Amino acid sequence: MKILGKNRGTNVPLSETVIELFIRLCGISSILFVFGIFFFVFREGADFLFGGLDLGQFLTSPEWYPTSLGNKRYGTLALILGTFSVTALAMLLAVPFGLGAAIFVSEFCSPKLRETFKIIIELLAAIPSVVWGFIGLTLMNQLIIKLFNAPIGLTMLNGSIMLALMSVPIIVSIAEDALKAVPDSYREAAEALGATRWQLIYRVLLPAAKNGLLAAVLLGAARSIGETMAVLMATGHSVNIPEGPLSWIRTLTATIAAELGEVARGGEHYQVLFIIGILLFTITFAVNLIADLVIKGIRKA
Amino acid sequence: MISERIANNKNSIEAENLSLWYGDFQALIDVSLKIPVGQITALIGPSGCGKTTLLRCFNRVNERYGNVTTTGEIKVLGKNIYDADVSLPELRKTVGMVFQRPNPLPISIYENILFGLRIHSPLRSLSRSDADAIVEEALRAVFLWDDLKDKLKARATSLQLEQQQKLCIARLLPLKPKIILMDEPCSALDAKGTLAVEELMSVLSGAYTFLIVTHNMAQARRVSDECIFMFLGELIEHRETQALFQTPENPKTADYVQMRYG
Ligand SMILES: Nc1ncnc2c1ncn2[C@@H]1O[C@H](COP(=O)(O)OP(=O)(O)OP(=O)(O)O)[C@@H](O)[C@H]1O
Ligand SMILES: [Mg+2]
Repeated sequence: MKILGKNRGTNVPLSETVIELFIRLCGISSILFVFGIFFFVFREGADFLFGGLDLGQFLTSPEWYPTSLGNKRYGTLALILGTFSVTALAMLLAVPFGLGAAIFVSEFCSPKLRETFKIIIELLAAIPSVVWGFIGLTLMNQLIIKLFNAPIGLTMLNGSIMLALMSVPIIVSIAEDALKAVPDSYREAAEALGATRWQLIYRVLLPAAKNGLLAAVLLGAARSIGETMAVLMATGHSVNIPEGPLSWIRTLTATIAAELGEVARGGEHYQVLFIIGILLFTITFAVNLIADLVIKGIRKA
Repeated sequence: MISERIANNKNSIEAENLSLWYGDFQALIDVSLKIPVGQITALIGPSGCGKTTLLRCFNRVNERYGNVTTTGEIKVLGKNIYDADVSLPELRKTVGMVFQRPNPLPISIYENILFGLRIHSPLRSLSRSDADAIVEEALRAVFLWDDLKDKLKARATSLQLEQQQKLCIARLLPLKPKIILMDEPCSALDAKGTLAVEELMSVLSGAYTFLIVTHNMAQARRVSDECIFMFLGELIEHRETQALFQTPENPKTADYVQMRYG
């Protein structure tokens, strides 16, 4: 018990010091890893980023011809739009579903049903993304062809459905935690004033849990933006400005995954793929930053 | 024994052979009582004797717990509240409740006061000027208006406990309840806050029927017109407050009352 109280510092056992050092190291290492990864990605792409790449064209041209013999063009607009549109549609599907399920689990379920539900949701979260890609490639492909009379079912819609299914477990579990964290006294207060279940939910629980719910949505979106395998397999993987849910598209992540194995190390194309990595990094950083700012803004108000 | 005067009076609440179980633990045993209109009735008894449980029967918030079984009859303003056609929101509008720990909602002071009205009236049916007037009236009634009029937009949960508890009383008023149930409303407050809430009750009684649970016998003597003593889930004695304290009829009541004041 010496470690507690005023004896601390003079008489700390060695094991305590070692453990503390280790924990500190773990904390610092996560920061180091982030910077390390960013540094590595940045270094691989830096040469071309600052010498030769037309950044304007890179961001605004839809022409992605990295292997053309005569005229190589590195426009990523179609890929950026692909990533954003497939994520947006995925969130459109996943957010109502995920939040609805979270509300159901935390407010309407009997304890027994809740346990079953949670196991199923965890199971859903444990499915590897390549399996989702496979489902998209086969089952959902056929379904979309039949339902929409489309020539090919490997479309933005297909990818979005797969992404939605992947982000729903994240959204449900974080949103449910947020709802559970709302003190029961709020529920009791509202019910004692005569609020119905629904009034309780939209007038008390949702506002009280809004930060956590927003975090749930953003983490779900982050999962979608970063997801690679499933979108690579399910969206058609063709460079194309998306026009609607039935367009086939290609995302930033899928482009890196599909092409990195086949390029000459250190070449322009290789470096451009890393610059796309930097771009992805920046996008997720921006999403997180915005999330932070929004949450802080909400807190102040 | 219920005094003659109570029997002749009009009653806000009448319970007949009320029993309640949590799972297979019986927390209320065959309780019958009549709470008179417009008076303050105090509910006293040792810890765990079922005061909170009894109080929570009258607006049916006990049912929030899944394992509760209730038998017997409770009439509020003459209507059996366990009838199939009773609407819980309406019942709770008529029977307001103040809890042991102040529990304002995590929204502004202004919206806390209006919360009840908003859930009991159609969307957007409340004009801005009406709303302002209602908020002012409710806050004036609990003597909070002067302190809070400049920060109505502040979060209610940021107020001092005493103000929070007064706010919790104030937010019942726009609903025009007939009965206000209070479960140890002063236990989280200091002496000054306690007196302030007691004074508030005296001012408001007459217009409302109060039923207050308290551990503080001095408080029961100060504020209540009638007093109910409970012991191990049973109602032991129900009389006018002075009589119950000065000449308790049941030895258990006498023990309890004198243990603290002997
Ligand atoms: N939700 C519940 N589930 C099971 N038992 C309960 C529950 N609430 C109360 N009880 C039990 O019922 C009995 C009466 O409890 P109650 O809270 O009504 O007593 P009380 O008189 O209000 O006590 P206190 O003065 O401590 O507030 C106690 O024995 C308590 O343990
Ligand atoms: Mg109690």
